[in-house]
Amino acid sequence: MLELRAVSKSYGGHVALQTTNLTIPAGRTTVLIGPSGCGKSTLLRLMVGLLRPDTGLISFAGEEIAPANIHAVRRRIGYVVQDGGLFPHLTAYRNVTLMSQYIGWKRERAEARIATLAELTQFPRAGLDRYPAELSGGQKQRVSLMRALMLDPDVLLLDEPLGALDPMIRFDLQADLRRIFQSLQKTVVLVTHDIGEAAYFADLIVLMRDGAIIQQGTLDDLTTRPADPFVSRFINAQRRTLEILGQSSS
Amino acid sequence: MKFCWLILALFAVGCAQPAEIRVGSKRQPESVILGEMVTLLARDAGVRTEHRPSLGGTQVLWKALLNDDIQVYTEYTGTISAEILVDKSLRDLEALRKGLAAFGIGMSQPLGFNDTYAIGMKKDLAGKLHISRISDLHNHPYLRFGFSNEFMDRADGWPGLQKRYDLPQKEVRGLEHDLAYRGLVSGAIDATDLYSTDAKIRSLDLQTLADDLHYFPAYQAVLLFRHDLQAHRPAAVASFERLQGKISEDAMIGLNARVELDREQESRVAADFLASALGVQATPDSQSKVARLWRLTQEHLFLVTVSLAAAVLVAVPLGILAARRPKAGQGILAIAGILQTIPSIVLLVFMIPLLGIGAKPAIAALFLYSLLPIIQNTYAGLHSIPENLIESARALGLPALARLRLIELPLAARTIFAGIKTAAVINVGTATLGGFIGAGGYGEAIFTGISKSDIGLILLGAVPAAALALVVQWLFELAERALVPKGLRLQSSG
Repeated sequence: MLELRAVSKSYGGHVALQTTNLTIPAGRTTVLIGPSGCGKSTLLRLMVGLLRPDTGLISFAGEEIAPANIHAVRRRIGYVVQDGGLFPHLTAYRNVTLMSQYIGWKRERAEARIATLAELTQFPRAGLDRYPAELSGGQKQRVSLMRALMLDPDVLLLDEPLGALDPMIRFDLQADLRRIFQSLQKTVVLVTHDIGEAAYFADLIVLMRDGAIIQQGTLDDLTTRPADPFVSRFINAQRRTLEILGQSSS
Repeated sequence: MKFCWLILALFAVGCAQPAEIRVGSKRQPESVILGEMVTLLARDAGVRTEHRPSLGGTQVLWKALLNDDIQVYTEYTGTISAEILVDKSLRDLEALRKGLAAFGIGMSQPLGFNDTYAIGMKKDLAGKLHISRISDLHNHPYLRFGFSNEFMDRADGWPGLQKRYDLPQKEVRGLEHDLAYRGLVSGAIDATDLYSTDAKIRSLDLQTLADDLHYFPAYQAVLLFRHDLQAHRPAAVASFERLQGKISEDAMIGLNARVELDREQESRVAADFLASALGVQATPDSQSKVARLWRLTQEHLFLVTVSLAAAVLVAVPLGILAARRPKAGQGILAIAGILQTIPSIVLLVFMIPLLGIGAKPAIAALFLYSLLPIIQNTYAGLHSIPENLIESARALGLPALARLRLIELPLAARTIFAGIKTAAVINVGTATLGGFIGAGGYGEAIFTGISKSDIGLILLGAVPAAALALVVQWLFELAERALVPKGLRLQSSG
């Protein structure tokens, strides 16, 4: 669905992404993971055209992303950022319908779509009249997800969508998200630094470090056939805490 | 939309019944009285005439005359040679007339009185010492002089006077003119400089000493008017030329005294004089305090609304440009910043050659002053939008203009609005300086009041100006509730 060929990006001498090739398979969930500053967010923003690559080509459904088609491409991609990125001056309803209204959807069509999405995201219809300041963190993420899905995009990109939530809400939303991804069968790319989250969502995990892809595969591939000692270190670092806790409590 | 109608209504008020002749006057009461006389006489000839009183100093009036903003005003021959033609060799009237003709300006015969420098003493002291001429001072070297600072400094003031008359007095001090008068009364000084038609001559019972060696240049009052006025309205010119040779020094002192000391209206004083000296029955413009206040308020609001509306239309796009193009932005903010550092009086004076006098230059200056707060706040408001919101808007697929309209301007609305409010409040205060260049408004009352030392008149301008600033502030706070999106207000309170 998304194809990156020999893409690189630097900011004033600092290489954010080394020359990289990556194919995002259609209808599957791909998770970009790695320590902070590894280039995973840069990669995600290149995919939606928020950044222009220094070298290489990015294509969407076989078509190269260029200034001429960027708005059209973006309308086929849903994008969710860490704290939702909701516009504070608009109600949740206006946030969700901003784009459909802009491109001239009829009210009935928008209403029908909203009903579907409210059901899907478990967000109460009445809550849509509230402003973002009146919503909890988890509710904001659900609204942000509705906004991203409003135009029924082919691809859904999520940049640490659970990062700012406290653990209970995070757990609920995580379960809902997986259910949503599975029911929609869309191409999903999700960025996280949490290996547990990656394992929970991913069909394909892409592990990055220092602006380069170290290994891609299933969780099983990464644990049993690590391409680099860093892969094992990264996975174990997060797993070990739980294991140590598990041993001491048993 | 209502706002537009308000502006139109104010325009209509300002433009009702265009006058065929506009008479100007300087800020001194004497000039205003003469301006009233000229106005009433032109009307007596059946010409619609309007007086623009207290426009400013010599340069403002002269430029206004050349620009055809006014068509006639009174000037003094000494001022014409020294400050207008800047050629002191022009001594006689014919030479002055020729010099002025080159500018298309005509000059009447002298009106009678000579408003020059004079030396004054208390009448009883002068009588006791038998002093009636400046030469007589020579015999009294112990006399103490207190002169205005200007007179002390000018080459044609005290230094020249001392040389011409070979005056022996040693105790000579420079001081504020008002203090010099008080010094005369209390006996702290024995003589001071004054103008020969000064109202104080009568009220303090002073005697002016004859300039027997003809040291002081003549400052004979004359009318300056445009040649084309003579061509198009000969009847009006003939009518006000009836003043020629009719106003004696004594009469002028009396008229000045009625205005400055008795607080009578210039128009009333002028009409009385015309009735007694020329037998002309004229009805003076009399305006009640309330009517005057209403007129000043309209003029003030006109200056503020027009300049502020124009500034909003220009500064918001400039602020957007500054936020979009950092390099151009630096330039825009620097230029607007420099404009702000120009003292307002200087900016107003710069505007006169470009735009003449009246409301236009004042509005232009106020417009320039209003730019910076609005540009700065627009820039700051757009700049402070969190990056994740900008990215979310871009990622949705909204084109740049739609992002600006739907997301960025609403998010910056509160900051932009605060900038407009700041500009408006400053504008209300600065607009009082319009009184310097005949733009009207509360400044007219303030500056006329200062020149007449009329506290009541100063307050008539100053109090409403302060009140208007508060009202504007309050109105903007009300409007903010309507204009700033509800979601943003929730955000800042939550």
